[in-house]
Amino acid sequence: MIRMTNVHKSFGDQKVLNGLNLEIPAGDITAVIGPSGEGKSVLLKHIIGLMKPDSGRIEVDGESILDIRRSQLNRIREKFGMLFQNAALFDSMTVFENVAFPLQEKTRLPKEEIEQRVRSALEDVGLKNVNGKYPDELSGGMKKRVGLARALLLNPKIILFDEPTTGLDPIIKRAIHQLIKETHQKFGFTAVIVSHEIPEIFDIAQNVAMLFRGEILQIGTSEEIRNSGHPVVRQFISGSLDGPIQLV
Amino acid sequence: MVSVLLRFIGRSTLAFVREVGRMGWFLLYSGYMIARRPGSPLQILKQIKFIGAKSLFVIFLTAAFTGMVLGLQGYYTLAKFGSEGMLGTAVALSLIRELGPVLTALMVTGRAGSAITAEIGIMRISEQIDALETMALDPFKYLVTPKLIAAMIALPLLCAIFDTVGIYGGWLVGVKLLGVNPGAYFYEMEKSVVWRDVYSGFVKSFSFGVIIAWIGCYKGYFAGHGAEGVSRATTESVVLTSVLVLVWDYFLTSVML
Repeated sequence: MIRMTNVHKSFGDQKVLNGLNLEIPAGDITAVIGPSGEGKSVLLKHIIGLMKPDSGRIEVDGESILDIRRSQLNRIREKFGMLFQNAALFDSMTVFENVAFPLQEKTRLPKEEIEQRVRSALEDVGLKNVNGKYPDELSGGMKKRVGLARALLLNPKIILFDEPTTGLDPIIKRAIHQLIKETHQKFGFTAVIVSHEIPEIFDIAQNVAMLFRGEILQIGTSEEIRNSGHPVVRQFISGSLDGPIQLV
Repeated sequence: MVSVLLRFIGRSTLAFVREVGRMGWFLLYSGYMIARRPGSPLQILKQIKFIGAKSLFVIFLTAAFTGMVLGLQGYYTLAKFGSEGMLGTAVALSLIRELGPVLTALMVTGRAGSAITAEIGIMRISEQIDALETMALDPFKYLVTPKLIAAMIALPLLCAIFDTVGIYGGWLVGVKLLGVNPGAYFYEMEKSVVWRDVYSGFVKSFSFGVIIAWIGCYKGYFAGHGAEGVSRATTESVVLTSVLVLVWDYFLTSVML
């Protein structure tokens, strides 16, 4: 379980997280939705220790990830996989090298087994014959799938998805969502997905949290949030221009 | 008005102290990582090729013309005292003690230091460094230590090549064009250049290697947002490295004279 308690984070004068409280149950897919620029990616980066809060507590499986040694933080990070918004593939490496990299660096597996596991991971995400290509030779959807293969390879307990389908066409979008759902069923990891994909996200996530003005405005099951009576949540889900969420 | 000025001075001082502290921490942590996990030998060799071998052409060119100019200027000055025979000494000492290490460092800064900053900066803004951290891997092992070790090895070697090519550049102008006695050119040089001169040039180029990789990696690692952030980091890297090389050169010269 991931628990964030009273987390504050500011960049200069801009408050991004303002006393945020969030509990992410183990084994579920939890989606974090909210208007752009509300700090959803910042929230993910806090969970994995890429950013430190100004104050508050963040715990993963009961262990604080703050004020600990780098080696302890790395031990906790071993539980995580992360799919970045732009996939964050190493651009000087081929697809194969990108996916094999964590295995080569973190295990002592023989070369043949690494090759076999990488091939199988790429097949799991529906990619074939791309091993020798470089990231800049791939489409956006292919990059995300390579990123997903890399994130899944070490069988992490928790996977963080930062807008996994932004900028993709509807078919690829559906394919990625399907892939997340299937791999979740297969491996049973805890997933946190930051997404703008309404209403598709309600079909994938078990829990949905709405982030607004640096706080979790409402959290509940997909059905509860889909049928929420809160005016902010309702406006966001319907995409209406009229309501408490102002564009400027 | 006064309070605004005081606030500005205070804020600037704090920012400066914070930056210097962060740079110091970066260098110390890099040293610690070199001792603990220096990175793979293949990575280090790749970086030696990038920083060293690929700088050879520009080093050859700069060294040849520096040596030739020294030959011309040295001859002009020494001829006034009838000491043209000392040309080899003048060229060699100028190159080995001073110009070789400094010009090599400045050339490598322009060619490789800027590229190091741009490479790491692009990795920073495209979240590749974050990706390494999320895999519980230390980015220093992959991005910083191989470059630092490579620069510490490559700079003294490039400097030795610079000195040799420069000495022959001076020889070409002094001996072949201006008629200085070839025996005197090399004999006087051999008599005057002592181990301490070579050693001081080596120490300088070694430490310049550290400065180039340190500042190059540091500026890239903490590059700002977007293409503009990387471009600013690259410019700052080249300017700061060049200034530090010259300041550190003065300090070392005064200590090792």
